[in-house]
Amino acid sequence: MWDKKGVRVSLRTVQYAILIAYAVITFIPFLWGLSASFKTLGEISSGEPNFIPKTFTLDNYKQIFVDEPLFPRWFGNSTLVAVIVMGLNLLFNSMAGYALARFNFPGNKLMFFGILAVLMIPGQLTLIPSYLILNDFGWLNSYQGLIVPGAVNATFIFMMRQFFLSFPKDLEEASEIDGLSRFGTFFRIALPLAGPALAAQAVFIFMGAWNDFLRPLVIMSEKAMFTLPLGLNTFKGQYFSFWNLIMAASMVFTLPALILFIFFNRFFVKGITFTGGK
Amino acid sequence: MNRRKLREAAAGYLFLLPTLLVIGTFLLAPIVYALFLSFHKVQLLGGISYRFIDFDNYVRMGADDRVWIALYNTFEYAIIVVPLQTALAILLAAVLNSKLRGRNAFRILYFLPTVTSSAVLTLIFMWIFKTDGLLNDLLGVFGIQPFNWLGDPKVALKGIMLMNVWSTAPYFMVIYLAALQDIPDSLYEAAEIDGARTLRKFWSITLPLLKPVTFFVVTMGIIGTFQLFDQAYIFSNGSGGPNNSTLTVVLLIYQYAFKNLDMGYAAALAVMLAAVIMLVTVIQRRIFGEEKLN
Repeated sequence: MWDKKGVRVSLRTVQYAILIAYAVITFIPFLWGLSASFKTLGEISSGEPNFIPKTFTLDNYKQIFVDEPLFPRWFGNSTLVAVIVMGLNLLFNSMAGYALARFNFPGNKLMFFGILAVLMIPGQLTLIPSYLILNDFGWLNSYQGLIVPGAVNATFIFMMRQFFLSFPKDLEEASEIDGLSRFGTFFRIALPLAGPALAAQAVFIFMGAWNDFLRPLVIMSEKAMFTLPLGLNTFKGQYFSFWNLIMAASMVFTLPALILFIFFNRFFVKGITFTGGK
Repeated sequence: MNRRKLREAAAGYLFLLPTLLVIGTFLLAPIVYALFLSFHKVQLLGGISYRFIDFDNYVRMGADDRVWIALYNTFEYAIIVVPLQTALAILLAAVLNSKLRGRNAFRILYFLPTVTSSAVLTLIFMWIFKTDGLLNDLLGVFGIQPFNWLGDPKVALKGIMLMNVWSTAPYFMVIYLAALQDIPDSLYEAAEIDGARTLRKFWSITLPLLKPVTFFVVTMGIIGTFQLFDQAYIFSNGSGGPNNSTLTVVLLIYQYAFKNLDMGYAAALAVMLAAVIMLVTVIQRRIFGEEKLN
């Protein structure tokens, strides 16, 4: 790139221009939502494009937490489901990955390829039959109906297997000589060393469960059992044109995932690059 | 020795037990069940009953206008969204990969939409898309007449496209970033000696080397767009409206299964969708993924 005098315009300037322009594009929708959550309904309805509220108010937040008893409940449901799903996945995926990586038993290879094959199955195929099976169990509209089917994840079983394979056997062998059982070796030696892989998994699984929309939509029928995404959607129907309340609820919903992400973003990135086959 | 082997095998199965139970009950059994359902007329009144109807559910799709509309919408969506999000992902990754100060902060910032729930994003965008909303205000600055983003069948799907290019590109950007870091500096240094400029280097070194990743990103993008549901559902209150303009394949499956309770037909539609998605995945793995598995 050249300016009028034929001097090379710094490449750096162009790069920063692109970075900043896209940062603005990324940030504006969030900022606009955030600003609406602090505005009064009157100001919202005027349709003026001001980002800084003329009258700053916390009433919207107060209203969703105090006057809308279901909102804290949805928040609790989402937290409960996401935390338990995360815990079960960490435990079960690691156990399965460890068994596939370390134990010799008939069917090991078969199960490994089975899990690879399962990775390809799109969730839409199992949605309807899973619903009917949950119905049969009497698990529709229940926490276990949402938690148990999501308690393992083939992608992360695969990830944990690769992780344990890449990692020297010596320590585990030494601990077995010292008389630790296989369970002891797994829980006391292998699992603590798997920290980074577990963190990537934890962030990924938590976000997936926290943000899931389709499965709770199908499984939960009673408003009190809704998770936040479903709750938000009913909010939209209930408070149509009360965008100040809808945006306040959206911001509350976004915050936990955001905090988690800011602290653990490098693990999140690791999770993505892993699913990207790296 | 034999005893030891036996104990090892027992431990192996025990470690895999939770996985096998969950995958068996909620993945393998449902696959078989889905195929079974797709050949039956399913009645849900007071207990479930099935009537075998051969390929009727599959034949019925051909004459179902809404299937064609959903397919048309989904293809239109994929054809526009996939190239745009891929190009944007490459551009952002290439800029972020140059050793600029503060690039980590930018990367984290760009990532915001990817970690935000689809429900929240859709609501924020519906708020922006209002007739007197922010986007129309912005377009007005350039003298463009306001659109009725939420109510006009001609632009409703475009609104969702815009939102999803914006929210998905950073995800693929991360995959590109990882790939870019694997390209050795020596290649660029050699090109610099030959006098190649930035853009030229990008075209003749970076892009060709990224080909396998691009292939991966495009197939993942196609699969993702075929599975579009949340945004279309929230946007249209589950109807796929206005005038079927946001009706996607998955939304159609949802409607047949859980609104019309026509589970057999909905299962047949899901089997077709899964077949297409798995075909795309198999092709992608054949060409790109094999060497990564072991």
